[in-house]
Amino acid sequence: MKKNVKTNDVIFQTATKVVVFIIIIYSLHLFFSGHYTPGGGFIGGLMTSSAFVLLLLAFDIKTVVNTLQLDYIKLTAVGLLIAVLTGIGSFAFNVPFLTHTFSYVELPFLGETALATAVLFDLGVYLVVIGVTMTIIQTIGETE
Amino acid sequence: MTLLHVAILSPFLLAIFIPFLYKFFRQVHTGWFVLVLPILLFIYFVQFIEDSMHGHNIRQTVEWIPSLGINFTAYIDGLGLLFALLISGIGALVVLYSIYYLSKDKEQLNTFYVYLLMFMGAMLGVVLSDNLIVLYTFWEFTSLSSFLLIGYWYKREKSRYGAQKSMIITIFGGLLMLGGFIMLYIMTNTFSIREIISQVPQITDHQLFVPALILVLFGAFTKSAQFPFYIWLPDAMEAPTPVSAYLHSATMVKAGIYLVARFSPVFAGTPEWFWIVSLFGIFTMFWGSFNAVKQTDLKGILAFSTVSQLGMIMSMFGIGSAALVLDSIDNSYYTVATLAAIFHLINHATFKGSLFMVVGIIDHETGTRDIRKLGGLMSLMPITFTISIIGAFSMAGLPPFNGFLSKEMFFTSMIRVLEMDVFNVETIGLLFPIFAWIGSIFTFIYSMVLVFKTFTGKYQPEKLKKKPHEAPIGMLISPIILASLVIIFFFFPNILAYTIIEPAMASVIPALLGDEGHFHVHISPWHGFTVELFMTIGVVALGILGYLSLTKWRSVYGLFPEKLTLNKGYNAALEQLDKSSFRLTRFYMTGFIRDYLAYIFTFFILILGTSLVLTDGFSFSLADTAPVGIYEAVLAIVMVIGTITVLFSKSRLTAIIALGSVGYSLSLFFVLFRAPDLALTQLCVETVSVALFLLCFYHLPEFKKKEKKLHFKLTNLIISLGVGTIVTLIALSANSQRVSETISTYFVENSYKLAGGKNMVNVILVDFRGFDTLFEITVLGIAALGIFSMIRLQVRKGEEG
Repeated sequence: MKKNVKTNDVIFQTATKVVVFIIIIYSLHLFFSGHYTPGGGFIGGLMTSSAFVLLLLAFDIKTVVNTLQLDYIKLTAVGLLIAVLTGIGSFAFNVPFLTHTFSYVELPFLGETALATAVLFDLGVYLVVIGVTMTIIQTIGETE
Repeated sequence: MTLLHVAILSPFLLAIFIPFLYKFFRQVHTGWFVLVLPILLFIYFVQFIEDSMHGHNIRQTVEWIPSLGINFTAYIDGLGLLFALLISGIGALVVLYSIYYLSKDKEQLNTFYVYLLMFMGAMLGVVLSDNLIVLYTFWEFTSLSSFLLIGYWYKREKSRYGAQKSMIITIFGGLLMLGGFIMLYIMTNTFSIREIISQVPQITDHQLFVPALILVLFGAFTKSAQFPFYIWLPDAMEAPTPVSAYLHSATMVKAGIYLVARFSPVFAGTPEWFWIVSLFGIFTMFWGSFNAVKQTDLKGILAFSTVSQLGMIMSMFGIGSAALVLDSIDNSYYTVATLAAIFHLINHATFKGSLFMVVGIIDHETGTRDIRKLGGLMSLMPITFTISIIGAFSMAGLPPFNGFLSKEMFFTSMIRVLEMDVFNVETIGLLFPIFAWIGSIFTFIYSMVLVFKTFTGKYQPEKLKKKPHEAPIGMLISPIILASLVIIFFFFPNILAYTIIEPAMASVIPALLGDEGHFHVHISPWHGFTVELFMTIGVVALGILGYLSLTKWRSVYGLFPEKLTLNKGYNAALEQLDKSSFRLTRFYMTGFIRDYLAYIFTFFILILGTSLVLTDGFSFSLADTAPVGIYEAVLAIVMVIGTITVLFSKSRLTAIIALGSVGYSLSLFFVLFRAPDLALTQLCVETVSVALFLLCFYHLPEFKKKEKKLHFKLTNLIISLGVGTIVTLIALSANSQRVSETISTYFVENSYKLAGGKNMVNVILVDFRGFDTLFEITVLGIAALGIFSMIRLQVRKGEEG
């Protein structure tokens, strides 16, 4: 990121390329397992963001922006929208705003799985956290 | 949700589709799509006349926030129906007129019709809601849409000024009114107007009764442009003329009158109500008509004339309220004021609506509204001339137009004030007929000015921007319909009397309803040679004299010093407010984050410290604490070392890394105390924030430490020690005493049972405390947008400069 520093960081960059995927997959795991074991949208989002931050550190900001092609502000908006819509969805069933429900279903390969509307809400949280962190970091990082 | 609710909300629903209709059907004027709705609504509301004539009032409730007693209760009685018909009827005519008035190529029609529909829906909501909070919500919606419509041509400075002025004044009144509503709630424990009315006998002696009355009247007076709040209405004339015709003469400004009428069953019968409403009304009537004569802008004349007519209706409602406490053999002897008020309300909508449309036509066809430039248009625009003669003569109170009937009744009710023997009327009661008479003379004069200065006299084509000719037929339809109503209502006033006026009176003064359950109203133009007739003849004679000698006595208006006018006062107050708040802000907003942090922490210490001392909250016991092991001790030492390093480090990099070590040790603490979620979160947060710090670090100026003064360092030392002490004390006390059972038991028991999750922390976040999380992520989003725009805008400025 610092333009005057021209260091040779081949090892760092190569390692990053692998590690980033591991982190992201782990963050997704954290996100999905949040209802039963430690994790959830907030931590998952932060973990994904830290993967992106790692990318930012290893490569310069322009490469990352070009590779990921994400509009983080829109991501934030989409996340908020999902969260609010999940809340509004309760109206369709004539229950107060943000009432959640859950059930257990038998899915192929996965076996008995719990499906909770809370996960949808959590998805909103997840997206907002990524969006916000990355918006802030990217805006500050780009002003050079 | 019943059909009635859908009808009330339908304008809002249609407003959603307007931008799309505008976008995809550019070749069709968007107004045509809008026009359908008010026509349908009008037909729909006409069906209710049958019910309300027989005293069947319709009430339908949709629960909104039942726990707070706030429900969307739609209520149709005579009064509400009268207004609903006015809103939809005049609305249809105005929309039709606007199709020809606003060019589909030049104007932003989508925004215009969205605002207009918003207004229509809000206004229907105001007049058909029984719940005070719902009424208030719609009420503010009308202020908001009026603001947007006045500022429709937002590039003009005057439009923006007028829009802001109307907003400030009407919202100010609206908030006071809300205060009044809450007082009513405190007294009666209900927000329903029906239920409040049923409890009136119990609350009249309540100490909040009179304050509530005054606050509600503030709302009514600001909205209906009564003295001294009328100053916003002339400036509101910057709105497009269809808007002025609709909002600022026929409907919105009558919301205040509606409020007075609606609350008459609650407050009427008290001397405060009688005196405030009647006196402000009658003075406004005089003041508005007096000022209308000096205007040179046609819309200015109409604006002041509207102020004056609203005052007239207001005063009649005030005087009508006295009927409740008067004994008379004939029930209708004193209720004539209320009858006249309702009748004039309808008449005013017809003739003033048509006059506004005529003025719009003149403006449209000649390019000016200045009566000094206009003249001699009679032969060029014969139809427009005829319509304006009808409107203006009706306004002046001449036969054979409906204004004559209601003005006669107005005089009748003013004269009957003299016979009242309540509320100490004998003291200044004589003022009422005198003010009414003088006001009517001025009304006559400006009505004549409006017609004859425009249509007769010398034709001055060189002063006009366009070559005037008669308006297109589409533009004339609406004013022609209104003008025909003006005449029809004169000859057949009793069509209205049985269908609309009687039920409306029943809702304003229900206490005086006879055994048959409805009033007997019969309106007739001829009563013989009565005092009223002589008053009218006097008005005409003096009015003609005044009009002819206008140039001679015009200088009267110069006598009143410009500096003392209400407008000057308003502007000065606004400017002062601006300046002083700027000064106040400058005083504490230094622009340094360290100062703000110092404020925050100082308050933190003061508030928490004081409450700790006052409640004697401190206690210390080691009863339930876990033993301190080797890991905890090591971590604590690492954290202390990290913190001290931050303080004494010579470079920022060291400070950031040291701070990071503190954070990571904290997450290890979470691990030790078996809080994996917190530990994970803390780790991620720490990582991301160290990265952020490093990014910001690049932009910061060089790190200087030395030149800080001693007292700055001392202040910081005291604040930081204070915060540390307070937090430690609170933490110790919190752990040493349990006031109540810990809340975690509830979550432990229920998180799996109710929410189907085993991870309690997450279940709390997304389910039990989902609302908190929703708002937290909203705040996060706002913060991100804030940072984004601050930094981006700064960059752009740099690029330009």
